[in-house]
Amino acid sequence: MSNSSAFVRTEMLPPMAPPVSQAGAVKWLRENLFSGPLNTILTLLGVGAVALLFWEFAPWFWRSVWNANSLTECRQIIEERYGAGATGACWAVIKERWPQYLFGFYPSHLYWRPVLAFALMCVAVAPVLYPQLPKKMMWFTLIYPAIGFWLLWGGSIWVPVVALAGLPIGYLAARIILPIGGAILATIAAIVVPVVWWLFLALPVELALEAMIPASIEQVRSREFGGFVLAFTIGFTAIAFSLPLGILLALGRQSDMFIVNKLSVGFIEFIRGVPLITLLFTASLLLNYFLPPGTDFDIILRVIIMVTLFAAAYIAEVIRGGLAALPKGQYEAAASLGLDYWKATRLIIMPQALKISIPGIVSTFIGLFKDTTLVVFVGLLDPLKGITDAVRASTDWKGVYWEPYIFVGTIFFFICFGMSRYSMYLERKLKTDHR
Amino acid sequence: MAVITDEPKAGFRLSMLIYDTRYRSITIQFVVLLLVMAGAAWLIDNLLRNLAALGRGVDFSFLSARAGYDINQTLVEYTNDSTHARAWLIGLLNTLLIAFLGCIAATVLGVIAGVLRLSNNWVVGRLMTVYVEIFRNIPLLLWILMIYAIFTEVLPAPNAFRGEDATSTMSLFGTTAFTNRYTAIPWVIFDNSLGWLNLGFIQISIDFTLVVAAIVGGFFLNRALIARANRIQEATGDRPATWWQSLLALFGPIIAVFVLLGGHFEVPELRGFNFTGGLQVSNSLVALWLALTLYTGAFIAEIVRGGINAISRGQTEAAYALGLRPNRTMNLVILPQALRVIIPPLISQYLNLTKNSSLAIAVGYMDVRGTLGGITLNQTGRGLEAMLLLMLTYLCVSLTISAVMNVYNRSVKLKER
Repeated sequence: MSNSSAFVRTEMLPPMAPPVSQAGAVKWLRENLFSGPLNTILTLLGVGAVALLFWEFAPWFWRSVWNANSLTECRQIIEERYGAGATGACWAVIKERWPQYLFGFYPSHLYWRPVLAFALMCVAVAPVLYPQLPKKMMWFTLIYPAIGFWLLWGGSIWVPVVALAGLPIGYLAARIILPIGGAILATIAAIVVPVVWWLFLALPVELALEAMIPASIEQVRSREFGGFVLAFTIGFTAIAFSLPLGILLALGRQSDMFIVNKLSVGFIEFIRGVPLITLLFTASLLLNYFLPPGTDFDIILRVIIMVTLFAAAYIAEVIRGGLAALPKGQYEAAASLGLDYWKATRLIIMPQALKISIPGIVSTFIGLFKDTTLVVFVGLLDPLKGITDAVRASTDWKGVYWEPYIFVGTIFFFICFGMSRYSMYLERKLKTDHR
Repeated sequence: MAVITDEPKAGFRLSMLIYDTRYRSITIQFVVLLLVMAGAAWLIDNLLRNLAALGRGVDFSFLSARAGYDINQTLVEYTNDSTHARAWLIGLLNTLLIAFLGCIAATVLGVIAGVLRLSNNWVVGRLMTVYVEIFRNIPLLLWILMIYAIFTEVLPAPNAFRGEDATSTMSLFGTTAFTNRYTAIPWVIFDNSLGWLNLGFIQISIDFTLVVAAIVGGFFLNRALIARANRIQEATGDRPATWWQSLLALFGPIIAVFVLLGGHFEVPELRGFNFTGGLQVSNSLVALWLALTLYTGAFIAEIVRGGINAISRGQTEAAYALGLRPNRTMNLVILPQALRVIIPPLISQYLNLTKNSSLAIAVGYMDVRGTLGGITLNQTGRGLEAMLLLMLTYLCVSLTISAVMNVYNRSVKLKER
């Protein structure tokens, strides 16, 4: 026994590679696609569906024609290239008519104005979307509505200037009243004085200024708006105004004051109970009945008001959910710190409630932007149906269906998808809980 | 012991209306009420002056006048000699029909898509993500127009189904014909029909009423059976086998009604240039229904996914630890909790679908907006009255749906002490 020694391994064995079925692509496939009979069937069905769609539509996209003057010419080109009976996409219609899809019947020598307005809008929106940008940019955001309005509709520069002047006038009135009459009178003055300014003084002042220093650019009528310029004008104005209005309505609905509460509930439930189309019809058919005789109200403005009210009711409900989700301790803590209602709301309640409601608010905005297509039913030229019908009305492009829909749908998709991704980013960034 | 007491109050001063929190809310409410009433008075005054200038008042008598137009889809009897009120009813029934069909189909599609999106199957999960994102981010109007265009532009005319070497054949095992004018589907025929029940303003088919009653009755019978089985299980620990009783309860009454009434399906058939027999559904209805289903289904899929995701993983693990099988875990633990999260947003999706059905205007489906808010409004020129009634109609429908669904919501809600 002494000459036999026990077997002692002196070196480590290298780890063996895992079995083929437990590593790499095979493992992934087995786990994710073929883990059971049901999963296998689902995978095959899914792949089959994709293949079928590809088989059906890929040739159509592949046989695209970009240069033609009419649908007939398009079809001729496709048949020449790919034999009789071949079908293909005719993107020539988009290539020829894209200005209409973007600008509607906006005068073509003035295209720079909506483009500039859009670029400035991006600048104005940037500090709202990205708080790391300098706070001073907010001043531009504040005056942007006047600039945007002036660029889009044109006319005298004094109209937006005088309208905007209401804000500093209100501020000044409040500053003057504050030492004399106290905070509450100052608040009242800050509301009443600008209203008086806008209702009674603005027009004569504007006319006087215009007479003294004429400064105007070519005017564009609302009926000439169309396409994505119209969608953006309505969509973004309504988005900008519906959020504050929605917050007020939500606060009203949560309020203990009986009358304020019931009025908010009534308004919200009424708006949420009827389709947007009926509100738009009301705006176009009936609004004149409710205004002083002889008033003619711009149709785009009417539509914007209705869309704003519509979206505000939905946003109010979303924010109400956020307010309800907030622990009661937050309200009590704010009260015990001695904050009054508005301070507590502004500093403690709203920041948290809004954070909770971000997904809902953004999806309301997305819905609002999609709903701008409905303005076609009150005679405005939305990019989807209004412009497409106008294009199809010409003899050249009679019978073109899919290309315009795909084009417009793609643009809508990217805008709305972008908004939803931004809301996810914002949610992640504002997340303060520890999980 | 020092007792802190308030100083004796001085009498009421006017400034207390603003500075005293006890009175301030009354002041604010008073001001708000005053402003709202002033605004309303201004609007109504304008309205009356405008109406006076036009030389007319508010008058609903047009409702009893002869309508004089035809409607392409009427669920109850209607001719162009009927009144405008009758046209309103027809439109309302059409709206309710599309809303009902849409809600059912969207729920089925949404639940399937939502569950599949959660599956660990990579291909299926991605496909469902693509479906949801595409449909949620593109306007509904585009889907309606596009699907309608597919029906009118791509599908063959009825006469393409004709002859020995027809260019088109009927789909779904030869039962359904999709044409560019209508979709012909099989429809049930009762040989021993019991006729119509005259309710004065509408007539209801007794046969279909019986069928619906059989379905509903079977459903409730089944619930009673399950409740009884639960009681026995709780008392004795043994659960009686209920599956055959359930089958009998669910399908027995409906089969019995069918056999008694001599019901059978009639498949559409090509006679001459058109299909006869079965039921011809207008393409506007089918296209609108498909578009609403696909669009709302995407939203419901997200709601279902969110609801299932909201149940913490611990619940599943706890259920497994108790020895429940995956199937029962889903039915007894996950779903009851997920439903609580799912139902409230689902209600608002149903409401959205109902309101979105007013986009029927894009395809010419005669819903209540098309009859009352469309042709009636244009013919009589009574815009104010028609829009008022139209809004009231939609409000009533919305409130009814949310009331019914809230009852259901209350039954699945967490019962807290």
